[in-house]
Amino acid sequence: MANVAVDKKALIEGERPIFNASYGKLMMWFFLMSDAFTFSALLIAYGALRVRSGEQGVLWADPEAVFTHTPLLYELFHIEAPLVFVGIMTFILILSSVTMVLAVEAGHRRSQKEVEKWMFWTIIGGLTFVLCQAYEWYHFIIGHSDGAFALVKEGYDGVTALLVSEPGVVALKDFDGVVLAKGSSEFINAINAQGGAHELGVSQIVDIAKANGAPEIGLVLEGATKTSGGANMIVNEYGPPAFANLFFFVTGFHGSHVLSGVILNYIIYRNVKKGTYEKRGHYEMIEKVGLYWHFVDLVWVFVFTFFYLV
Amino acid sequence: MAQAIDTSGNNARKSIYRTAIILSLLTAFEFLIAFTWELLPGPLGLEVETVRTFKNLLYIILTIFKAFYIIAEFMHLKHEVKTLMYSVMIPFLFIVWLIIGMIIEGAYYGRITLEAYG
Repeated sequence: MANVAVDKKALIEGERPIFNASYGKLMMWFFLMSDAFTFSALLIAYGALRVRSGEQGVLWADPEAVFTHTPLLYELFHIEAPLVFVGIMTFILILSSVTMVLAVEAGHRRSQKEVEKWMFWTIIGGLTFVLCQAYEWYHFIIGHSDGAFALVKEGYDGVTALLVSEPGVVALKDFDGVVLAKGSSEFINAINAQGGAHELGVSQIVDIAKANGAPEIGLVLEGATKTSGGANMIVNEYGPPAFANLFFFVTGFHGSHVLSGVILNYIIYRNVKKGTYEKRGHYEMIEKVGLYWHFVDLVWVFVFTFFYLV
Repeated sequence: MAQAIDTSGNNARKSIYRTAIILSLLTAFEFLIAFTWELLPGPLGLEVETVRTFKNLLYIILTIFKAFYIIAEFMHLKHEVKTLMYSVMIPFLFIVWLIIGMIIEGAYYGRITLEAYG
């Protein structure tokens, strides 16, 4: 509506709201702005922590090695396909955005049946996306079957973890992922000669460390407990703890937005079915909920780039 | 008012499908990069880190293009009154400032902790 002149007289008299948009739409725009600031802050925190890790020489997680599970491909054929699943999720969300904008367009023509149809497909798309995210979280938390594990011990500078991500990499890290001591090559060779650290118990690793020129690692790890791989809020097998923490927070926050979007869409869908907007004479409510839904898609575009691609 | 003239909505739908195709193509292109970029450094004779930086820049540019199409077409901001458009977009200059500030701060914090603990 770029060419429509704002009716100044009506503006002053308050018949038409400011910006030539209804009060509800304006408030949705400004709510979305504040929400965008929140998501921006979270993604910028991710960037700042990642840059910090890089300066410290701590390896950040490699998304292609983290997100490798695709339903059916993994369960039936044990094929690990990096990024394929998240690609499917992205397309699902973009498609549900398209069906949403088609619903808005049908609303302009006051075609109740079409609005109903497109709203239905939008809800299906949103629900599918939430379920996909649940699958991804599950595999993120339990980790890879042959992946790393962590040795956790209280009392030594918070929590100490020995992370063994792949053969040949043994490093002692503190709570922030800062490398405290690198294992000597002798120590690593001795561990690998025993079949890799994930084959060994804690006391065996301690003995090997003490016998192979890494006494400080042995000292720190005495009395530690071995945890499985995957990810929790303290340690994860993929990279620094901040990686998993931010993954949980940002994708979780986005997922809760998708879920509330699905609920809002369902309420609007019921109203369309009941003929509420037909009686009201316009379908502007579809536009408002549509703005929110597109915003969810917009946030995913950024989350997808910074968590899965970069 | 486009809707008033175009009562069948054909033009509006055409532009929706056009935007959808553009968004899909941009995403598909991102995946093409994700799966092939590691093959590039060898034949081109470039450093892996150079290619990595370049593809990350490309991702960010593609993301901004996608964001533009979603905001301008799907959220219809391009077709709203100009003052609404500016009052929504201008505050995001603060975000640009925050990005620059926090990236610099993150790098600095990394350096001082490295100096403190080795």
